[in-house]
Amino acid sequence: MGSVAETMMETELDITVTVNGERASRRVPARRNLVDFLRYDLGLTGSHVGCEHGVCGACTVRLDGQIVRGCLTLAAQADGLQVETIEGVSDTGEIADLQEAFIARNALQCGFCTPGMLLTAAELLAREPNPDRARIREFLSGNYCRCTGYQAIVDAVETTAKARAAGAGS
Amino acid sequence: MKPPPFAYTRPATVDEACALLAEHGYDAKLLAGGQSLMATLNMRLSSPELLIDINRIDELAGISLDDGILRIGAMTRHVVVETSPLIAEHAPLIAQAMPNIAHAAIRNRGTFGGSIAFADPAAELPACAVALGARFILRSTDGTRTVAADDFFHGLYDTELSPNEMMTAIEIPVIAPGYRSAFMELARRHGDYAMVGITIHAMLENGAIGDAMLVYFAAGGRPVVARTAAAAIKGKAPSEETFEAAAAALDQDLDPPSDLNADPATRLHLARVLTRRALAQWAA
Repeated sequence: MGSVAETMMETELDITVTVNGERASRRVPARRNLVDFLRYDLGLTGSHVGCEHGVCGACTVRLDGQIVRGCLTLAAQADGLQVETIEGVSDTGEIADLQEAFIARNALQCGFCTPGMLLTAAELLAREPNPDRARIREFLSGNYCRCTGYQAIVDAVETTAKARAAGAGS
Repeated sequence: MKPPPFAYTRPATVDEACALLAEHGYDAKLLAGGQSLMATLNMRLSSPELLIDINRIDELAGISLDDGILRIGAMTRHVVVETSPLIAEHAPLIAQAMPNIAHAAIRNRGTFGGSIAFADPAAELPACAVALGARFILRSTDGTRTVAADDFFHGLYDTELSPNEMMTAIEIPVIAPGYRSAFMELARRHGDYAMVGITIHAMLENGAIGDAMLVYFAAGGRPVVARTAAAAIKGKAPSEETFEAAAAALDQDLDPPSDLNADPATRLHLARVLTRRALAQWAA
């Protein structure tokens, strides 16, 4: 950023964000939020836009390795940082077992909440290898699903946690 | 919805941020964690001309302990406070409150000082700060001043902060021997704003309740200190009868508001239920 006088009235900014390992440079309006930047400027439409005020969790992405609300973060705030989306973590295979479990347990129907749900569940499993069902529910409480009634989602996360624990133990 | 247009700048130091506030205070907003501000902008409830993003000011983040005082930088993220051994040991009330603040993705981004400076009456941290006798460090180009938590909160989203001032740190005295804490809130969904909540910071000495702070949130325009309820239990041994005395006195202390969640009578009832439960947990 330049001096105060130069930057003060900038309503458009040049930003460079590393998205799923690739650098992307764009000029964006200051008011563009991160999830709209991903969808409109980069064509990464796996992150969804639901409530646009931080309640539903459909826009969940990773910023410097931690899940955040894409609707409550400005694209300008990601300048110089790392962003990972559902496209990125799908391609690397990082959560392939979790995705398989979601399919096996019918943990999605329309799929709108699923990218955010997967990224949130992935962060829980990274932090805590053996969460119980109450803890899974608590951690996923910021992600709305209007189809499944949540039981199957909790099943899938629990199944994945147990499978990973068994795999690590063998 | 999308936010109205605004300009954006990202100062690197507190001095730069204060200079920007001095020039643009009334037309600008500080962008801390943004977990309330961005929602407000998206709903077009606010339309500042300039956002001053203070997320890259390193001197504003971090937790330290010095001479019996915990110092929490205003931009310390909730997740850092939640997992801090210093906080767990020396400010257990804060540690108990943290998991109730919104959801994991929001705690990764939201900040300790931002939540306090925003002064949402249903937020957890303002009540904790009042209960613990915290002090807030406020900076502007005019200098630095320290304000006691109980003097800071004026009313609904209204605080001691001037438009040209920013909060830089929160100071909390470490928990003294004999003191215990308890925290409880009622919300329809885990992580949602509380319908009513209670924080307790009180001394138990020789089997009797001593100095006690009972502070409620989502029970008025600002954190409400229940002085009558505290007086009703002072000197008494913890018992169901004692806890009931506190609950019974609450109508002297609380004049709760009405909203979509609950009318005043329901809120007072819920506050009484929480008071009994939280005091029992506090004494256990």
